[in-house]
Amino acid sequence: MALVEVKKLSKEYKRGVETVHVLRDLDAAIPEGDFLALMGPSGSGKSTLLNLIGGIDKPSSGTIDVGGQRIDNMPERKLTQWRAQHVGFVFQLYHLMPMLTAARNVELPLLLTGLSRSERKQRVAAALALVGLSDRAGHKPKELSGGQEQRVGIARAIVSDPSLLLCDEPTGDLDRKAGDEILDLLDGLNKEHNKTVVMVTHDPHAAARAKRTLYLNDGLLGTEPEA
Amino acid sequence: MNFTWFSQVAAVTGVSLRELPSRWVSSAVAVFGIAGVVMVMVGILSMAAGFRAALSETSDPRVAMVLRASSTSELDSGFSREDTLVIAESELIARGEDGSLISSELYVVVDVARKSTGTSSNVPLRGVKPVAMDVRGNVRIAEGRMFSPGLNEIVVGSGARNLFAGLDVGSTVTWGTNTWTVVGIIEAGGGVPESEIWADLHSLQSAYRRGSSVQTVRARLASEDDFQSFKDSLTGDPRLNVSVIRERDFYADQSRLINGLITGVGYFVAVLMGLGAIFGAVNTMYTAVASRMREIATWRALGFKSSAVFISVMTEALTLGLIGGLVGALIAYVVFNGFQVATMNWTSFSQLTFAFAVTPGLIKSGVLYALLMGLIGGLLPGLRAARLPITVALREL
Ligand SMILES: Nc1ncnc2c1ncn2[C@@H]1O[C@H](COP(=O)(O)OP(=O)(O)OP(=O)(O)O)[C@@H](O)[C@H]1O
Ligand SMILES: [Mg+2]
Repeated sequence: MALVEVKKLSKEYKRGVETVHVLRDLDAAIPEGDFLALMGPSGSGKSTLLNLIGGIDKPSSGTIDVGGQRIDNMPERKLTQWRAQHVGFVFQLYHLMPMLTAARNVELPLLLTGLSRSERKQRVAAALALVGLSDRAGHKPKELSGGQEQRVGIARAIVSDPSLLLCDEPTGDLDRKAGDEILDLLDGLNKEHNKTVVMVTHDPHAAARAKRTLYLNDGLLGTEPEA
Repeated sequence: MNFTWFSQVAAVTGVSLRELPSRWVSSAVAVFGIAGVVMVMVGILSMAAGFRAALSETSDPRVAMVLRASSTSELDSGFSREDTLVIAESELIARGEDGSLISSELYVVVDVARKSTGTSSNVPLRGVKPVAMDVRGNVRIAEGRMFSPGLNEIVVGSGARNLFAGLDVGSTVTWGTNTWTVVGIIEAGGGVPESEIWADLHSLQSAYRRGSSVQTVRARLASEDDFQSFKDSLTGDPRLNVSVIRERDFYADQSRLINGLITGVGYFVAVLMGLGAIFGAVNTMYTAVASRMREIATWRALGFKSSAVFISVMTEALTLGLIGGLVGALIAYVVFNGFQVATMNWTSFSQLTFAFAVTPGLIKSGVLYALLMGLIGGLLPGLRAARLPITVALREL
């Protein structure tokens, strides 16, 4: 069975009298161990779909099943806890806490686990080592390059060992070289650590690194770019 | 709620407080609003506290006052010399070096011009013997010397000297056909004698043609627990027709009305101004939440509870309240504490001088009120922050 299974998923927004249908009865299945690139024109609903799968948004109708659990009708409290345990988010603009060091930023998700201070320290060190930033643990985000900030973002996303990584344009704000390093990291996480990765991107070069690419158009998913 | 909840709250609150300095402009609005309210409230209430302190708290509980039965003030009381001798028989009266600590006193009111406005006010002129100082216990000569028996000399309370013209040591004053020389200044720990002028009892009796009559008798009891027995023995004595009251209670009764009035005004103003300050705080906290949108959305996406976000907003609001409260109380202390004024003491128809007293209790109420304003001000913004849709907030730049 797929890790993520989405059935007849719809999302609409009301703007005054007008209703905007972003997703229409969308079906999708993402198997465990997949590295999926999600493409499509701006405003097509890529972020919306990603947010629904990650449980930070609610669908208008349809079901979302992740790891055998229905999350579309989960009460908010439970969903919050579910996110902490099962998904890691990587954002285009990193969304690090500017006041905190890289290590402290990475530690944040572990505060939700009840691990002891020394266990947390170990995990943070391992995650920072994995993204190649052991020597930057004490730096604040302002003292890091964009690529380094995004690597901290990835370390934060994986530190509590979720099975699913959701990345919304993770290289969108980076130059080619830094972007490639991020893609290398995601590739390694997918291949060597068996993370299922869903990555929204506008960049065909980035999408080429994924195992497969799906295109979002008119609220539906397809394997071909817009005809 | 579980164990991790506290670390969640600590993490979110820690970050929001560390970002507080970057929001200082809008934070200052809340802080100054709250500080202003606390300053005015503490200022007004310190007036009531000072008034109460001057009237009663400075009076030793061992001091009993004897008035003619049914008299409500010193002015309408009166005793013959025989009465005072009967009162002096009581064995409950403490003994000093020069005999019983009992003081027969005459009480008249004289006109004196205020330094500030030049208008004349009533000031009590009290005829006493030197023992009056030991009876009260807290009266001392601060400048000059005590009057000499039989001479037209007076000593002036320090408060009266500061507020009224021509009462410095060495000055002479004329009331009616009598001229008096100021020979000393007395202090009484902020108490009533500081608003009075004291003269020798016999000089005053002859100046005002009172013969040997007096108006009140004060006695210092050996123990404050003796008061009831002292009172019972005098009121039960068939030769006397008196009422007995602790001096402290007598003054407290006099201050009750005006105290209630000032306190009422103080709270009324505090509530009115407080509403304004709360609006300011609400505004500040909405601004803070707006500037934290992305941060808050990130916490929520990571799996932090909305209650942790709510508490971080409330903590920030309470912090601003606390700062405002402390600033306001400090300003009130600097501006008002010790500030001397005179007011009409309606029951004795004379001026009472007293100093505003910013007491620790008032500072505590001021700070508590500030925290309350912060709490109320943070409530709605805190709820908004807790309910922020994550996806919308993540889009904010
Ligand atoms: N809160 C909202 N209220 C109204 N409309 C919204 C809201 N959020 C998203 N939309 C609309 O939904 C559509 C899809 O938005 P979404 O952010 O998912 O697009 P996207 O494919 O990620 O675009 P981009 O490539 O520019 O990031 C857009 O038309 C957007 O305007
Ligand atoms: Mg998007």
